[in-house]
Amino acid sequence: MGAGHAHVLYRESDSPVHRLPPEVKIAAMVAFTVAVVATPRAAFWAFGAYALMVAVVAALARVSPRWLLTRSAIEVPFVLFAFALPIIGAGERVDVLGLSLSTEGLYGAWNILAKGTLGVWASLLLAATTTTRDLIVGLDRLRCPQIITQIATFMLRYLDVLVGEARRMRVARISRGDDPRFLWQLRGFAAGIGALFLRAFERGERVYLAMLSRGYTGRMPAVWQGAGAATTGQWLVAATVPLLAGTVAATAAVLT
Amino acid sequence: MENLAMHISNGIINGPVAALFAVIALVAMALAVHRGRQDLDDRLAPMAGLVAAFIFAVQMLNFPIFTAGVSGHLLGGALAAMLVGPWVGALCIAVVLVVQALVFGDGGVAMLGLSITNMGVIAVAVAYLLIALLLRVLPRTPAGLAVTAFVAALVSVVVAAMGFVLQYWLGGTADLGGNLAGLAGTMAVSHLFIGIGEGLITATTVVTVAKVRPDLVYALRARKPVSPASVPAVGGVR
Repeated sequence: MGAGHAHVLYRESDSPVHRLPPEVKIAAMVAFTVAVVATPRAAFWAFGAYALMVAVVAALARVSPRWLLTRSAIEVPFVLFAFALPIIGAGERVDVLGLSLSTEGLYGAWNILAKGTLGVWASLLLAATTTTRDLIVGLDRLRCPQIITQIATFMLRYLDVLVGEARRMRVARISRGDDPRFLWQLRGFAAGIGALFLRAFERGERVYLAMLSRGYTGRMPAVWQGAGAATTGQWLVAATVPLLAGTVAATAAVLT
Repeated sequence: MENLAMHISNGIINGPVAALFAVIALVAMALAVHRGRQDLDDRLAPMAGLVAAFIFAVQMLNFPIFTAGVSGHLLGGALAAMLVGPWVGALCIAVVLVVQALVFGDGGVAMLGLSITNMGVIAVAVAYLLIALLLRVLPRTPAGLAVTAFVAALVSVVVAAMGFVLQYWLGGTADLGGNLAGLAGTMAVSHLFIGIGEGLITATTVVTVAKVRPDLVYALRARKPVSPASVPAVGGVR
C-alpha cells in the first residue's frame, strides 16, 4: 500500500498540464468529448482537427505518442465491432477490393473508430496528468455529492488493500503446496474469493476506524480542498481546448 | 493491471439517445444519493468502498464476444444490491463507471449515462427486486441465500445486456438492419454464460460474508430487528 496515490496510468512529470487544477482538467475533458461526439461523422476534417488538439496537449503534458497508442489497446473490443459493421451492416453496398461492403456500415465503423479513439485519448491524457487523489479533490470542487466522493475515495484506497490481500493469499496457498496453474487454480480461486472479500473488509474496516479516530468526518482534509483551487486564469487557459473543439463541431454541423 | 475491459465507447450510440439516458441516469442517481444518505452508516461506509473496489477489480475480467466484436464482463449489480442495498449499491456501480471512464479511458465519457442506466440502475433494480422476492419465498438457510444471490445475479446481467440492445435499437449509429436480432441473440447468449459466472462469484461471496458477519449483509439486515451497532458511532460520516 506504500505506492502513494498514483495509479498505473499516471506519468510523473511537472508539465503545465500537470500543474492545472484537477477540476479544470475534468471539465475540459468532458466538454471536449461531448464536442467530439456531437460532430457529424461525415466531417472528416473535424476529426483531424481534434487529433491535432490531442497531439498539442499531449506534447505540452510531455506524454509520448507511443504511450498514448499502446494504451489505446483498451479499445480493441470495440474496434473489432467496428470492423464487423461494414460486413453485417444494412443499406446500399459498395465494392472495395472485391468485397461487397455496406456504405452505412463503413460510415458507422469510421464513426465508432474516430470518436472512440479520440475519447480514449482524452481520458488517457487526464489520467496521465492527474493523480487519483487530485481526481477526487477535483470532483469534490465540482460540487459532486459527498456520498459519491466518499465512496470513490474508499474504493481507490481499498483497491490496494484488495490487491495486496489477494497477493498474500496466493503466496500462502503456494507455500502450502498448491499448484498455481490456471485450471488447478480455479477451485482455489472460487473458494478463496469469499475469504478474500472478508479479509479485505476487515482490513478496510480497521483503516476506516483509524481514519475516524484521527478526525475523519466524511471529507478529505481542508488542506486538500482549499489550496490550489482553480483561478479564473486557469479556467480560461484550460477552456481553450474545449472552446476550439466546440467551434470545430459547430462549423462541421453547419457545413454538413 | 493490463486490462481490456471496455464499456460503451464514444460514438456507438448517437448523441440524442445518449443525452436522454444521461438524464435518466442523473435522475436515478439523484434519487440514490438522497435515499443512500439515510443508509450510509459507520458499517456501510467502508463496505460501500470495498464493494466498489471489488466490482472495479472484477469488471476487469473481460470476456470478448468475438462473433460480434462486442465484449462482456461481470457487472456486480447483484453483489452490490445484496451487500449495501439498492441505493448505495447503485452509487457504487456509478462510481466504478465514472472512475473507469475518467482515469482508465474505459468507456466513453459521453456514453456514461447509457452505461450507468444499464449497470447501475437496471441491473441493481432487477437484482434487488429478485432478492426481496426470493428471500421471502426461499428457506432462510445458506443454500436459500446462495440460490437467491445466483438467480439475482444471472437475471440482472441478462436484463442489463438487453438494456444495451434497447439503446442500440433506439440510437445505434450504424444501421444493422435485420442483424439487430442477431446482436440481441449474441448479447443474450454470451451474457447468460457471464451471468452464470457472476452468479457463482456472487453466491460464494455473499454466503461467506453471511456466515461470518451476517450483520454486513444489507439484504438480511432489513429483515431482522436491527442489532445495536458494534462500532462506536462517530458523527459526521454523512
